[in-house]
Amino acid sequence: MARRFVSIWFRYLVTDWFALRQPEFANTAFVIRAPSHGRMVVTAANALAEEQGIHPGMVLADARAIIPALQVLDDKPELVDKLLKRIAEWCIRFTPFAAIDLPDGIILDVTGCTHLWGGDQPFLSDIVKRLKARGYHVRAAIADTIGTAWAVARFGDSFIIPPDQQSEALLPLPPVALRLEADTIERLNKLGLRQIKDFIGMPHSALRRRFGNLIETRLNQALGLEEEIFQPVLPIEPYQERLPCLEPIVTATGIEIALGRLLDALCKRLQKEQKGLRTAFFKCYRIDGKIEQVHIGTNRASYNVKHLFKLFETKLPTIEPDLGIELFVLEAPKVEDHAPLQQKLFETMWGLDNVHLSELIDRLEGKVGQNSILRYLPDEHYWPERSVKRALSLDEQKSIEWKLDRPRPIQLLATPENIEVTAPVPDYPPMNFRYKGKLHKIKKADGPERIEQEWWIQDGQHRDYYSVEDEEGCRYWLFRLGHYDEDYKWFIHGFFA
Amino acid sequence: MTNTKANIIEQLQKAILPLQGCKPVAGNIGFDGGLGFIKAAFPNASFPLGAMHEFFCSRQEDVSASGGFIAAIVSAIMQKGGVSIWISSSQMIFPPALKSFGIEPDKIIFIAVQKEKEILWVMEEALKCDGLAAVIAETSEISFTASRRFQLAVEQSRVTGFIIRRNPKNLATACIARWKITPLPAASEDGLPGVGFPRWNVELLKVRNGTPGTWQLEWAGRFRHVSKLASIIREAQRKTG
Repeated sequence: MARRFVSIWFRYLVTDWFALRQPEFANTAFVIRAPSHGRMVVTAANALAEEQGIHPGMVLADARAIIPALQVLDDKPELVDKLLKRIAEWCIRFTPFAAIDLPDGIILDVTGCTHLWGGDQPFLSDIVKRLKARGYHVRAAIADTIGTAWAVARFGDSFIIPPDQQSEALLPLPPVALRLEADTIERLNKLGLRQIKDFIGMPHSALRRRFGNLIETRLNQALGLEEEIFQPVLPIEPYQERLPCLEPIVTATGIEIALGRLLDALCKRLQKEQKGLRTAFFKCYRIDGKIEQVHIGTNRASYNVKHLFKLFETKLPTIEPDLGIELFVLEAPKVEDHAPLQQKLFETMWGLDNVHLSELIDRLEGKVGQNSILRYLPDEHYWPERSVKRALSLDEQKSIEWKLDRPRPIQLLATPENIEVTAPVPDYPPMNFRYKGKLHKIKKADGPERIEQEWWIQDGQHRDYYSVEDEEGCRYWLFRLGHYDEDYKWFIHGFFA
Repeated sequence: MTNTKANIIEQLQKAILPLQGCKPVAGNIGFDGGLGFIKAAFPNASFPLGAMHEFFCSRQEDVSASGGFIAAIVSAIMQKGGVSIWISSSQMIFPPALKSFGIEPDKIIFIAVQKEKEILWVMEEALKCDGLAAVIAETSEISFTASRRFQLAVEQSRVTGFIIRRNPKNLATACIARWKITPLPAASEDGLPGVGFPRWNVELLKVRNGTPGTWQLEWAGRFRHVSKLASIIREAQRKTG
């Protein structure tokens, strides 16, 4: 299919934006200034100022000399980038491929899009009309190549170049239209080559020798002989479904229906390709230009519409439709292989692979958060707090076996609590201890089990653990921090069953 | 004549049991959860799976004892594979200790939620999931409605639910069985020094269609009945003179 591109040129991008923000400037000549090399320089001038001979790059004092009543505003750094990015994102309603074209334009890859508007003419006029309605001075052109569209948008007269007529369109245009460096353009002008037709027929080797490599590249790009790199503002997700709406959607039911349809379509495709999604974004493009989105994740690749819908359902109320949503997009950035044949087997299995279990975990994650769901694996540490580590996923297997050789309490205090202890002789278990105001007389004890600090992780003293039983039969895990003859403290760390 | 009458009554009783929520889980007739002859206290003489059990505790030490007792039963349920969920707000369970009760600790998924309401929500969602072996929750208060919902959920999914309740106020619940586990002084074998195997006083306070009772149990890789043990020792002593 022949490719088609639209180039949009914002003649007064920055000044238009300032005029929109401060309508009182709309009908006066004003410029934007920024300091450069110790003086103030005009970085942008609006249409009225430009009419009277002020152009960007001029020193502000000179501009003031031309128009004494000139209004001056301060430039904002990186404003152009931000503005163009926002407009390019807005342009996604016309095509999924929109790119920023610094310093003052946007390029759209509209291959196969224009027929939805009824042809090139209505498509282009819709873009221009909408942008003009927002208050921007724009010129847009459509052609087979980025180069030609760019040139025609800025220097041409007719903005629709039919397929394969790039050279005809380019011939009468000045060399600036080829996006060349300033000194190349100057040299071309000096030599009297004021239109592209003056040198397009010259041998490329001669052009290259005199004007550098760029001129040949640009000519080829404009004519469609060389591919031009195109960097869309939003990378296109391979698994994506779109649902444009004729009327803006404002109700919760409407959003649910849209989500259901998108999920149906996406899951059908995933199922066909034997894949399942792990994360999904549901984006709602509002008519005021804002994007509302919700996000879900699953523990196991899934194309189960019902399950995925349930996951989204809890988050849908956070979407604010405001004036209405005109486009719904469902994206699955993370997709994994998901063999359907195995699913039946797993459903009957009763383990961590169980589909119902992973669906349950997904639901819980959506409600209570991922950090609240914990699964532990043994870790190679003796220090009790470090002897377990969190498993990162349901699939993660233990690399070492769980230890059974030493008694461990079923309940462990997150931080050991200080206790008062009477202990007879060094290295003997205590006779009694006081915990939370209650005195426990120790009848039986095991220990000590000395656990040393892991000096490569943390400084500190070792612990001597005792498992003890009091006269009521309750069993505790106590330890003494440090040597007996030095500064030491007793702690309670756990409760045995 | 009397024989047939007894038969009819027995059949009627069997028909009533499923209506009361004691549906036998397929292939689990005679399952005792490792409890040995205690199973006689339950309807159908099998530990009720796919039912709700509640455990009353007053002290931290009771919670630990109940945790150990439940872990031992869950390990018997998980013999055939399966995964369990342990819901609590305190997150004090130390996974490596579960290994000594016969559970692979990585087969337990812990859910740490703070609010009572969230614990109940998570519990109900988990009990509805038939991919689980057991669900254990630590919470103090639970209304009759909530417990009834749990009971209905497990009757569908055949998951066994355990609730550890500390100082409960509401005593009316729809749970099938109510337990109270308290730690007992352990006896070490042959008078050796040190702490012996964990020993508990197991009270079955209430069981639907069963007979409540009190037993002394010891966990040594499996449940051992203490009174029986004592009598065996006495017997041995008598024989040897």
